[in-house]
Amino acid sequence: MEATIPTQYAVQIRVTPRPGILDPEGETIGRALGVLGYEGVSDVHAGRLITLRLAAEGADAARATAREMCERLIANPIIEDFSVQVEEASAGEAR
Amino acid sequence: MRFAIVRFPGSNCDADCERAVVEGIGHEASYVWHKSTELRAVDAVILPGGFSYGDHLRAGAIARFSPIMPAVIEFARAGGPVVGICNGFQVLCEAHLLPGALIRNRGLRFRHVEVTVRVERTDTVLTAACAPAQRLRLPIAHGEGQFVADDRTLAALEADNRVVFRYVDARGEATDAANPNGSQHNIAGICNEAGNVVGLMPHPERAIASLLGSEDGLVLFRSLELSVAGAVTGSST
Repeated sequence: MEATIPTQYAVQIRVTPRPGILDPEGETIGRALGVLGYEGVSDVHAGRLITLRLAAEGADAARATAREMCERLIANPIIEDFSVQVEEASAGEAR
Repeated sequence: MRFAIVRFPGSNCDADCERAVVEGIGHEASYVWHKSTELRAVDAVILPGGFSYGDHLRAGAIARFSPIMPAVIEFARAGGPVVGICNGFQVLCEAHLLPGALIRNRGLRFRHVEVTVRVERTDTVLTAACAPAQRLRLPIAHGEGQFVADDRTLAALEADNRVVFRYVDARGEATDAANPNGSQHNIAGICNEAGNVVGLMPHPERAIASLLGSEDGLVLFRSLELSVAGAVTGSST
């Protein structure tokens, strides 16, 4: 039996404040946009984007590992939601 | 009586805590590096303030996985007094020893002011020497001290009397104006169910002599002393 060679995946993790949790950063950005004269702006939220490369045996495995990383460290489920996007990294691509 | 003060890379209130223990209440304090895996024979553990691991990701999020933390968690579960001050409070929340979370202050500003807090219960390891509803003048110094929890957790905290300190005004009222960071219900500190793990945002270790502007922090260190003495003699009620 052949050993499986892990594939490199580009993982994007988006962490956003949970709805209902105060988001002082989003509120402040929204206020500043108002000061600049932008009208009709509402629901501004600020989150965080984390990108990483992950060697895994298949996209499902990569996704499962990334979700586990989020639950354990990258997001705090009390105040944050997260979403994970996984795609096969093209060879030689830096980011 | 021996106090352990855990040092994370970025802790910066460790020496103040040591002074508070040694000079404030006349006991021994030893530093425990975050890479240690054991606390040895100590009577109480303090997680000091600072910016552990540069506050990267979230305040306290990385410190929570330090090699020393399993020993701290075990000590807490066995009933040992554990106090988290400021960044230490954030670490306790991230480690799920305390519920809720501490997010950016309302208004995004780092707040460095003296506040008044009201002691909400006197049967915790940190408030055993306080008078009921005693008001303390203590400094705060934080950018991420806004206590938040979901409605159910918040209701449970109130129902179980687990709010230990609340920001109040000069008349002792928990008003919005007295709330320096937007914390829900003006919460400045909470405890676990047993009352042996307490986290608070204000810095009692910076208020141990009138020269520092306030000595109101001393009563909290005396409370720790009282709690440990009570546990040792088994006369705790």
